[in-house]
Amino acid sequence: MKKLMKGNEAIAEAAVRAGCRAFFGYPITPQNEIPEYMSWRQNEVGGTFVQAESEVAAINMVYGAASAGVRAMTSSSSPGISLKQEGISYICGAELPCVIVNMVRSGPGLGGIQPAQSDYFQAVKGGGHGDYHMLVYGPSGVQESVDIMYQAFDKAEKYRCPVMILGDGMLGQMMEAVELPEMKDISKLPKQEWAVTGKGRGKTRKIINSLYIQPDELEEVTHRLFDRYAEMAKNETASEEYMTQDAEIILTAYGTVGRIAKSAVNMLREKGIKAGLIRPITLYPFPSKAYNDLAKKDAVKQFICVELSMGQMIEDVKLAVNGLKEVKFYGRTGGNVVSPEDIVNAVIKEVK
Amino acid sequence: MEEKIIIAGFGGQGVLSLGQLIAYAAIHDGLEVTWLPSYGPEMRGGTSNCSVVVSDKQVASPVIAKPDCLIAMNKPSLFKFESRVKEGGIIIINSSLTDIKAKRQDVKAYYIDANDIALEAGNVRTANIAVLGAYVKLRGLFSADTVKQVIEQQFAAKPKVIPANLKAFELGYNKFD
Repeated sequence: MKKLMKGNEAIAEAAVRAGCRAFFGYPITPQNEIPEYMSWRQNEVGGTFVQAESEVAAINMVYGAASAGVRAMTSSSSPGISLKQEGISYICGAELPCVIVNMVRSGPGLGGIQPAQSDYFQAVKGGGHGDYHMLVYGPSGVQESVDIMYQAFDKAEKYRCPVMILGDGMLGQMMEAVELPEMKDISKLPKQEWAVTGKGRGKTRKIINSLYIQPDELEEVTHRLFDRYAEMAKNETASEEYMTQDAEIILTAYGTVGRIAKSAVNMLREKGIKAGLIRPITLYPFPSKAYNDLAKKDAVKQFICVELSMGQMIEDVKLAVNGLKEVKFYGRTGGNVVSPEDIVNAVIKEVK
Repeated sequence: MEEKIIIAGFGGQGVLSLGQLIAYAAIHDGLEVTWLPSYGPEMRGGTSNCSVVVSDKQVASPVIAKPDCLIAMNKPSLFKFESRVKEGGIIIINSSLTDIKAKRQDVKAYYIDANDIALEAGNVRTANIAVLGAYVKLRGLFSADTVKQVIEQQFAAKPKVIPANLKAFELGYNKFD
């Protein structure tokens, strides 16, 4: 039978089943259930849980554990994720896999503790320094979070870069019925050739590092990273479309707001307004082609981007739509959440 | 079928667990469900609420603007949410802690002295379960047997409190025809 689980707990369990054997974190609302769950669960599976002295320490512990080839992760919420940015940049520079969960709360600064989507830029454009990206997912429900988390380490190892799960307070706190995947046998996971696990006799030295003093060398490394991102864009880009077949108004939103917008589409259809929805599942790589294909359709009149921010994803939507159709915005911020009715009213205002 | 419920009360009244029991009953019956709590600086004595959506299809929005059913465990909750109840919806009011009536004429209000029932059941903390009984009877979404089974499962770790909870459920259930 399906189990009723909170988003945070379900993500933690899915991580364990995916082979996560090292968790490093520091408490912050609204993601505390993840470290809380890990604190006893890692003990059960013979893994490591450390409540670090700070977010900075936690991400650098992830850096260390990932260097040794261990499936390592951290989780936090907005202000804590800001603190982790230096470490994330280093992990990207050192070409290491790991998973980072951000249950976004409102900002800037300490902001508030209610749900928000105002960390989109930070997540997809690179919140730390340097030329890098992460594979960023924006799951809309508990089951989808579990499914993404279960694959996240495989993807991180494939592309040798962090995977970020960009949720929000709502996703972390809500409960839904989930089907949990089976526990992966960690002894059967692929060996990472680059992992530093002790020199041993007669083997070549392995070095994990992100320092390249020679410009040509660093340029080559950066090109290698971006070749992987191109590969990632080819293989991993994902989005969901709902009622877009004959839609004239295309709503777009990610994460929990994506499903609130889905209810809004249903309500608009009842009022005779031909609305549809496109919900990106990967935020980086962004599913630009899906948007562009919709923009090319004659029936489509305009896009309305709904976010719990002042408008961040809308920039990627506009790039994808490329001027073919108008892109409008509706959003709330500060921790306020939109209801389907709010979205319906915003759309009706635009249509009139 | 889609039923949207907002349950509100003081922190410590079992508002969140009342919502969870409805969610477990939904899963038991093979329905889809979302349970979304208010979270924040709430504590015992503060206000607390949760939104539960039960559906025979996948639930889209877990956020509820207009509930079909409001369960108000105290007076402030009635003040806060009464205006949002959908036309033709219902409000279940814990009259032990609410000395006023619902103002709306286009919804149906039901009053249950849940705290007194809980005392009668032998445990004052079962007021939320008495209200659950009333909810199950009034909405007819789940059978009493299903919910009793869910109560037994959820309190399995504390078997001592099961009889009082089942009694409170019965009393709440039998309060309405």
